[in-house]
Amino acid sequence: MLRLTLRTLLARKVRLLMSGLAIVLGVAFLAGVLVFSNALSATFDGIINGSTPDGVVRAQDTDEFSGGVGGQSAQAMTPEVVASLAALPEVARADGDVAGAGLNLLASDGTLVGGTGAPTLSFNYHDGPNMRGEQALLLQKGRWPTADGEVVLDQRAAESGGYDIGDEVKLLAPFGELSRTARLVGIAEFNGGGTAGATLLILSTHEAQEIFYQGRDVFNRISLTAADGVTQKELAAAADRVLPPGFEAVTGTKVAKDSQDAVGGFLDVITIFLTVFAIIAVLVGGFIIVNTFSILVAQRTRELALLRALGSSRSQVTRSVLVEAFVLSLVSSTLAIGLGLLLARGLAAMFRSFGLDIAGRALDLTGDTVLTSYAVGIVVTMVAAYLPARRAGRVPPVAAMRADTTPERSSLRRRVIVGSAVLAIGAGFAAYGVRDSDALWIGVGAVLWILTVAALSPVIGKPVLAACRTLFAALFGAAGRLAGENALRDPRRTGATASALMIGLALVSTIGVLAASLNASVDDVVDDQFTADLLVQSPTFLPFSTEIGDRIATIDGVGVMTRQQFTSARYDDGSVFVAGVDDRFADVFDLDAVHGADRVSEDGAVVTTDFAAEHDMAVGDAVDLSFPGAQRLRAEIVGVVEQSEVTSEITVPLDDLAAAGVLRQDTSIGILLAPGADPRTVHDRVDEAATPAPIVGVYDKTEFADEIRGQVNQLLYIIYGLLALAIVIAVIGIVNTLGLSVIERTREIGLLRAVGMSRAKVRRMVTLESVTIAVLGAVLGMALGLLVGTLLQRALAEDLTSLGLPIAQLVAFLVVAIVVGVLAAVIPAIRAARLDVLDAIANE
Amino acid sequence: MQAVAARAIDLHKRYGAGDSEVRALDGVSLDIAAREFTAIMGPSGSGKSTLMHCLAALDTPTSGDVQIGDVTLSGLRDKALTTLRREQIGFVFQAFNLVPTLTARENILLPLYLAGRRGSFGGADREWFDTVVDTVGLRDRLTHRPSQMSGGQQQRVACARALVSKPSIVFADEPTGNLDSTSGAEVLGFLRRSVDEFDQTIVMVTHDPVAASYCDRVVFLADGRIVDEIRTPDREQILEHMTALQAAAVRGQA
Repeated sequence: MLRLTLRTLLARKVRLLMSGLAIVLGVAFLAGVLVFSNALSATFDGIINGSTPDGVVRAQDTDEFSGGVGGQSAQAMTPEVVASLAALPEVARADGDVAGAGLNLLASDGTLVGGTGAPTLSFNYHDGPNMRGEQALLLQKGRWPTADGEVVLDQRAAESGGYDIGDEVKLLAPFGELSRTARLVGIAEFNGGGTAGATLLILSTHEAQEIFYQGRDVFNRISLTAADGVTQKELAAAADRVLPPGFEAVTGTKVAKDSQDAVGGFLDVITIFLTVFAIIAVLVGGFIIVNTFSILVAQRTRELALLRALGSSRSQVTRSVLVEAFVLSLVSSTLAIGLGLLLARGLAAMFRSFGLDIAGRALDLTGDTVLTSYAVGIVVTMVAAYLPARRAGRVPPVAAMRADTTPERSSLRRRVIVGSAVLAIGAGFAAYGVRDSDALWIGVGAVLWILTVAALSPVIGKPVLAACRTLFAALFGAAGRLAGENALRDPRRTGATASALMIGLALVSTIGVLAASLNASVDDVVDDQFTADLLVQSPTFLPFSTEIGDRIATIDGVGVMTRQQFTSARYDDGSVFVAGVDDRFADVFDLDAVHGADRVSEDGAVVTTDFAAEHDMAVGDAVDLSFPGAQRLRAEIVGVVEQSEVTSEITVPLDDLAAAGVLRQDTSIGILLAPGADPRTVHDRVDEAATPAPIVGVYDKTEFADEIRGQVNQLLYIIYGLLALAIVIAVIGIVNTLGLSVIERTREIGLLRAVGMSRAKVRRMVTLESVTIAVLGAVLGMALGLLVGTLLQRALAEDLTSLGLPIAQLVAFLVVAIVVGVLAAVIPAIRAARLDVLDAIANE
Repeated sequence: MQAVAARAIDLHKRYGAGDSEVRALDGVSLDIAAREFTAIMGPSGSGKSTLMHCLAALDTPTSGDVQIGDVTLSGLRDKALTTLRREQIGFVFQAFNLVPTLTARENILLPLYLAGRRGSFGGADREWFDTVVDTVGLRDRLTHRPSQMSGGQQQRVACARALVSKPSIVFADEPTGNLDSTSGAEVLGFLRRSVDEFDQTIVMVTHDPVAASYCDRVVFLADGRIVDEIRTPDREQILEHMTALQAAAVRGQA
């Protein structure tokens, strides 16, 4: 029996190849994501472990890898502290670090290098070793910076800036005077591989102190190297005894772990995001397998019945189909893993363009990746093939003798009844989700709906199919009419084929509705909350030098200017974002007070309703915030306000932040024009003031809304791109079904040719059937997507205030579906038209 | 009294219900003698195929019983029926007799493969295989696929397959229906020899008087009932009976 199975498999290799392809693509994507995410964490692990010393002295409550959004603490240690540490017997050496964020590299043409994706890391050079006793930094070219005005960059930064060794490099300072220059003296990278996309600016100690501490001879970190035989713990404990208050010594292992945790959260988001799309692709592939095997089993009814008549048992027949599926899944998964390696390179290239550079040599297969890919490929294929295989076992032996081979079809009634019930259950979940504003329940309902609509598509789809038949008959005559009839002949097959496409389009349309709603809501929010005439800030919310604000303040036509600085702080063992605002903030922006005041006062903070509810606080209570270096800020709550996009969960006076040791920078500047000032002129002047700092942009209301929309749309296009794979797999499904249908209808097509249908018309007939299937999938998918998207908008109405329907996009999807239908039909249509009339009729 | 290879006892088979009810078999009782070549004849719709399907354990009757050898079929589960078909019954169909992906040799040995005896046909099995292959004259075709053989050759492969497992009874459903007269004669000659030389029992459904004339006994069916029977017939006798039956049918309809 095994031999027969394998022989059958070989004899149908073309047909199986196509269904195998569906599995190959899905599993390849999964394997690619796994390879990529492994490489991603391997890259960061390499850098973290390669650049962390035995012990680190740092300000208490320091977040590792915060990316620079939180600003910089003024807390620092003097060279005496470094010397006292170095004098400890447990310490082999102590090296003072000056590390900061906010210094940016400009290309030779003045544009920003990096800065929007991975962070720009600036620090002083010293030759302290890492935990493994190796160099933490590796010099690739030139020499290390030793004097003021010298800088070392990483290879990528130097290339994208257009700098060679010896060139003057343009820098953008985080404090004070914006523009600086330095001479490029060398190229370096982290020990452990590359920079993961970060831009490295390595300076002499004095220069770093100049930039970050106005020339004070201080350090914000100290790297410790343990003496021989001293453990990291002993090292940290010894160092702790001589440290000034507000500072702590931690082991290198802990620093590395903290960094890995901080990065891990961010990497998990990327991995989960990509994995979701891989799962979708695999599931769509599973649909194709169910369908292909169903058709293959139906076509082999007589052969299977012959086997049964000759004495093979039900389980033998079922098993033979399952063995076929197993071999197919084995071959497909193997191919998929190879293809996955290539896809991982593609993903790496895509993320490189977003500024996340992973070490190329890390893109390799691990045992886990191989095992997972095989497991998923095999399990999905076997599960998908199980139903058709069981149906194969049920073929009665007497079917071998029947003239017609169409197997008896049980009624769809049971499916309709069960399906309607499940649809209703899904509606229940969705209704619950809308009522409780909980998108998760709507998601559960949506998954139920998608699966049920797929199962019910033979029934639900009938009107669509009938409409296509009528339309095509009117437009294309006999070929159109026959195409419509063919699609209606086996609604199960048509429905199942269309379902794969439906899943993809349902997701695409849901995302489309959400994005359109988000875009529509942006206008509401901007109209309602962004009451400033002009807004100056970085698209990624990076802080910038107060110098820009100083320049703007002097511009003629600027009436009121308010500064705002965001920073992170610790509250109740958690991390919170705190906004510091000056006393003109309330003149520009309106906060809606629920209790108490709508603006901050001296040592008086304003919190949002969510924050107040979460921490059970009211007006009159005090919030205790801690900042790096054991700095505390205690503020009384003077007002509880509605959630707003213009500030954070906690708003305090700007002076309080500075008092808590946060180095002053601005995150956002709001401007009201002076009465009678010309908006265009003032806009141009503010632009000019901000020009030296390409990290910030100047936006009026429309531009600001466009900027946000641009970001929404960028994400939207990425999601569309990732969903495209599911669509491609669905197209393979259509090709598969059509190809098999053409083989099945060989005699019929021969007959049509014999009675005078031209080759062109045969081609058209097959193409139109394909278009019908595609349109069915598109219509069902878009209907579902619109419904789910609208419900999600209702559930999220607090943030998504307006419902947006992407009508133009939906029309485009329909057109794409038709094109997909035409493309999917190309090969089957050619095969059908090529059938020789006589052979076709003689075919037994 | 000869031994009975298969027996039908008051078989009824109905399809559909109410007005659209069709009585394919309407009380058929029949003994198939061992080592005989029996033909079942009758006009289309007379129920001859249904009778054979029921006798061959391919289909279950609405009521009545079938015995193959000593075994009563009613109440047997699918597994037992499968084993019975594999070990006791051989089949030759009108068309689609062979698995297209297997060679002639593999098709012939398929029942043995299915029984799990693949590759191990030493001794008697091997001799028997050679005898059967030589009798049907396919020695030089064994490595061919069905698509590389003529219809007659394909049908002879099917006959060889039916005999190779030494079943107690072989059922043939219009085995010559798709063949020209020369090929048909070859196949029928082979079936005849397997009864005469190998003591095989064969039941054949046919509407071809020439084919039926190879048989020891012809049973006539009309409207789901046995209406007539002749032994050691010649072609003219059969034709006479058929004509009479058809005339009766026409009168019945009028």
